[in-house]
Amino acid sequence: MSAAIIERGTQASRISAIAAVVIIALLATAPQFLSAGAVDRMTALFIYVILAAMWNALAGFGGLVSVGQQVFFGLGAYFAIRLADAGLNPFASLFVSAIIVGAISWPLSLFMLRLRNGEFAIGMWVIAALTHLLVNLDRLVQGETGTSLISLNVYDASTRRAVIYWLALVSMTALLAILFALLRGSTGAAIRAIRDNEDAAASVGVRVTGTKRLLFVLAAFGIGIAGALWLATSITFQPKTYFNVQWTAYMIFMVLVGGIGTFEGAILGALVFFLIETWFGGTGVWYLIGLGATAVLFSLFLPRGLWGTIEERFGLRLLPVGYRVRPPGNAPADDGTAPSLERTTQHQEKA
Amino acid sequence: MSNQIIQGILLGGYYALIACGLSFMFSVMRIINLAHGSLAVFAAYALWLLASRFHISPFLGLLIVLPLMAAIGWALQRFLLERSARGGALLPILTTFGLAIVIDNMLFEQFGADTRSLAPYIGSLSYDSWEWPGSIYVGKLAVIMFATAVVLLGGLQLFLTRTRLGRSIRATSEDPDTAGLVGVDARRANAIAASIAMVTVGLAGAFLGMRATFDPYAGAPQLLFAFEAAVIGGAGSLWGTLIGGIVLALAQTLGAQVHPQGFLIGGHAVFLVVLFVRLSASGLGLRGLLRLPVRKPS
Repeated sequence: MSAAIIERGTQASRISAIAAVVIIALLATAPQFLSAGAVDRMTALFIYVILAAMWNALAGFGGLVSVGQQVFFGLGAYFAIRLADAGLNPFASLFVSAIIVGAISWPLSLFMLRLRNGEFAIGMWVIAALTHLLVNLDRLVQGETGTSLISLNVYDASTRRAVIYWLALVSMTALLAILFALLRGSTGAAIRAIRDNEDAAASVGVRVTGTKRLLFVLAAFGIGIAGALWLATSITFQPKTYFNVQWTAYMIFMVLVGGIGTFEGAILGALVFFLIETWFGGTGVWYLIGLGATAVLFSLFLPRGLWGTIEERFGLRLLPVGYRVRPPGNAPADDGTAPSLERTTQHQEKA
Repeated sequence: MSNQIIQGILLGGYYALIACGLSFMFSVMRIINLAHGSLAVFAAYALWLLASRFHISPFLGLLIVLPLMAAIGWALQRFLLERSARGGALLPILTTFGLAIVIDNMLFEQFGADTRSLAPYIGSLSYDSWEWPGSIYVGKLAVIMFATAVVLLGGLQLFLTRTRLGRSIRATSEDPDTAGLVGVDARRANAIAASIAMVTVGLAGAFLGMRATFDPYAGAPQLLFAFEAAVIGGAGSLWGTLIGGIVLALAQTLGAQVHPQGFLIGGHAVFLVVLFVRLSASGLGLRGLLRLPVRKPS
């Protein structure tokens, strides 16, 4: 008998990796043939994917549920406005802004990561509320009146639209790639160990705080880019809009529905959210009630989300970040009967 | 200045009231209920509806709303919290956050964006005041609110330490399995605790509506105030909550003197400062800070 084989990729994952490259290449050409409105919607979708993937990195892999992530969204937009006002190229300021947001999140993490669960969640909300008030004090912002990214006006509308689209696409792809590489590397093993049992992970030498900090800063940076990109598409900056807790509500919805703690789930959740918003966004209040109720129902009855359930049912891994053990002998290669380490740890988590 | 200090202390009574239910639920069920503020606003709307539609004074209305809140607490625990708590510590946060969104927007759907107040329905109480030495005027409502907070916190303290039911709630919060071995029904104890917490939320909602205006989205700030007061004061007893409420209110009052936006900034700032000092001094999480007398240091 041969020994068990430990593998990462599956046939499905190799196909999906190729498919991902093809899809991204196709998306890159989209502004050539899509209508202006469609390009804007696609840009919004990319921003949603970034938000979902970043919040999932923090909550799904790091076990850090934050209800204050809108602070980084708002700050991303705010610093972009500030930098552009100081004379920096508006497109460049989007990314410099995100770097500043990431840099700010580092000292913040030293403090906030000492909080646990609900205390961390709501503590972040307090940070967001305070930051919102402080941004309002800036004379440039003029309180809730807000201000605009006027320096974008030097570009004509179609160029601006296409450039923002490409920037969003590049940002999304790069952030997903970074996250994927991180989760597959040794950090990924540490992250999963922490998620399954923090104390046990610490006792075998996993740098718990350092790993969590890495996720916290990455999520802040990514959500900062998302906020800056959102500013670029909507031009106006009103603190109330950008520091609104609804952004975190959207992130939670996307990740819960897609599947918390799965790489593919966040992307699927963003797609679902995007479609729901496109169809029902006009219904206003009922749309929000529906989002909240769906989040409650998923957390009660389908806490692993759509992708988590698909994964469990069919053993499907499109973008595998973990390992799976194939039993020796003639066990079929890619179906769900092969026990995987990932699933084993998840069962332990439930117990 | 002494006038502002007195007003601040009295306002602290309100914060203690709203923080009381939050820290009570945390200490017993280990759950921070993110729908806490929204439920307080819900209670305020219920009282407003009774007063404006059926001419029932908000004080009489409490006889209807408080039992309703207790029932909501029981249902909340049985149908939402109990189930989601089984999925780990993170799931109840998500569930209650979703619930808050539903409540807020339902209220908006039902009552619209107008701000409401219970003040028109409590007669002259909303503006009556006593003159204290040094020509300081203190509102009767503010004093009633403060007295309610003291009585409620003291009553809860006595209930937890002196009654059989209180002891079974404490036992459940310590260790549900062991409590079960000695005949305590953990499910029942948790459901009762959630009901009690919601009754305090109902009271807080009543005072929220009487002392100020509210709107459908007023829940989030109430939640933050409650959390801040609980954390600032929660060093070891329910009385800590009262002190926390007072400190929060004083910081806000002081902040408002400095800058028009300083009211909220002052509150958030003092919260962060207290948190920072505590965390660097003890190296403990908030778990230790929010601990009520029901728990021995572990």
